[in-house]
Amino acid sequence: MSQKDENSQPELGTMRVKRGFAEMMKGGVIMDVVTAEQARIAEDAGAVAVMALERVPADIRRDGGVARMSDPEMIESIKAAVRIPVMAKARIGHFVEAQILEALGVDFVDESEVLTPADEAHHIDKFAFTVPFVCGATNLGEALRRISEGACMIRSKGEAGTGNIVEAVRHLRSILGDIRRLSQADAAEQFDWAKKLQAPLPLVQEVARTGRLQVPLFCAGGIATPADAALAMQLGAEAVFVGSGIFKSDNPAPRAKAIVEATTHFRDAHILAKVSRGLGAPMTGIGMDEINESQRYASRGW
Amino acid sequence: MNSRIGILALQGAFASHASCVTELGHSALEVRTPADLSGLDGLIMPGGESSTMSQLLESSGLFEPIRDAIADGLATFGTCAGMILLAHEIVDGRSDQYCFDAIEITVRRNAFGRQIDSFEADIDTVIGDFHGIFIRAPRIESVSEKVEVLGTYGGEPVLVRQGNVLASSFHPELTGDARLHEYFINSVVTTKET
Repeated sequence: MSQKDENSQPELGTMRVKRGFAEMMKGGVIMDVVTAEQARIAEDAGAVAVMALERVPADIRRDGGVARMSDPEMIESIKAAVRIPVMAKARIGHFVEAQILEALGVDFVDESEVLTPADEAHHIDKFAFTVPFVCGATNLGEALRRISEGACMIRSKGEAGTGNIVEAVRHLRSILGDIRRLSQADAAEQFDWAKKLQAPLPLVQEVARTGRLQVPLFCAGGIATPADAALAMQLGAEAVFVGSGIFKSDNPAPRAKAIVEATTHFRDAHILAKVSRGLGAPMTGIGMDEINESQRYASRGW
Repeated sequence: MNSRIGILALQGAFASHASCVTELGHSALEVRTPADLSGLDGLIMPGGESSTMSQLLESSGLFEPIRDAIADGLATFGTCAGMILLAHEIVDGRSDQYCFDAIEITVRRNAFGRQIDSFEADIDTVIGDFHGIFIRAPRIESVSEKVEVLGTYGGEPVLVRQGNVLASSFHPELTGDARLHEYFINSVVTTKET
């Protein structure tokens, strides 16, 4: 900090500063972009942040091979193109990719199952960083394990790159349904919940008491239409990530704007009807029975 | 007396503001369309992305009714991005970004840097010491003589007021300390009625 300080020493990277930043993205749409031009389209449409990556999940799925952190040059070019926050992905457990992303000044690191995992037992120690992290989860136990490692935002995983909302719905219902059930548990039952969820007891007790996760819960993986975004929000997500759904559709700019509107006005069916009109074809999408088990990204993470 | 406080809920940290307001025994009402503005005693504009909120203010038809309501004396409190929306002039914003010109301050968007530069620190305010959380925070670069400086950090203004409009570059809604919301409701919201 260059400013002079007569009051107190500023503290950087505290949990309040990190979780607080996640609060600021609520009600918003975070869009995957692969070029500076796409980043500008996303910002013009009202995105609250962009996720800079080399290939959207649909292309990672098509190409196969090992998916890694993006080239710093590409991330820099996107940072230079927009004023909204820029996120980027590191492989699960690849703390050096995360160190590089922090050094580049990205605003949020996504420790993401969409990339090929670098560690099959350990996630990144996210407390060791100033930059905040978002992690995916398919159920409440996984969400609380990520929070116990320092994640400041949880996103339901869904199944990235499919344009199919079914897995996102499954994961949101699992996480939020278990929070509702846990809220009814007495003290003795909470011990049992901690065991079953394989999550730290203090975090389980806190969720039981407050009826909510310690950090914002966003939705990712399969959102392709304004109605999909509003469905995630009505189910209880607090914001949405849209990956392949925008730039794999026929007409990205109006679709991006419509998804932003739908995320804000998620309970107003008249506005949803209005913004859903005339957007052209969404991404084609993939049925879950067309993807074999080894190609399911949601099962990555421990 | 129970006040009806609208919380602009287009995007951002509106839920945390609503908790502060209800904790103080007042009603918090989410504002997303012009119809939501009726019967409010005060309005809070939360932090979030100012360029996103600016676009949603336009598409929802809220920009003009809010501008007119503030001009008519509606007590309004903007934090971070909310302060940017209330400002007279924005530096480093998008060229198409709206602001209400409701308080004579010039603000620079993200002046303190990116998220890794976000910080918390104790600040001096009119209501005593307060813990300020600054997230990709805007900086108040200049204030006119009509603006009262109610809080400073490092000698710079971070909490300002002009008549019915209160603005902060930090996030009082993230601290669990509702004293600034109490100040807003007791000292700014009632101004309209006297």
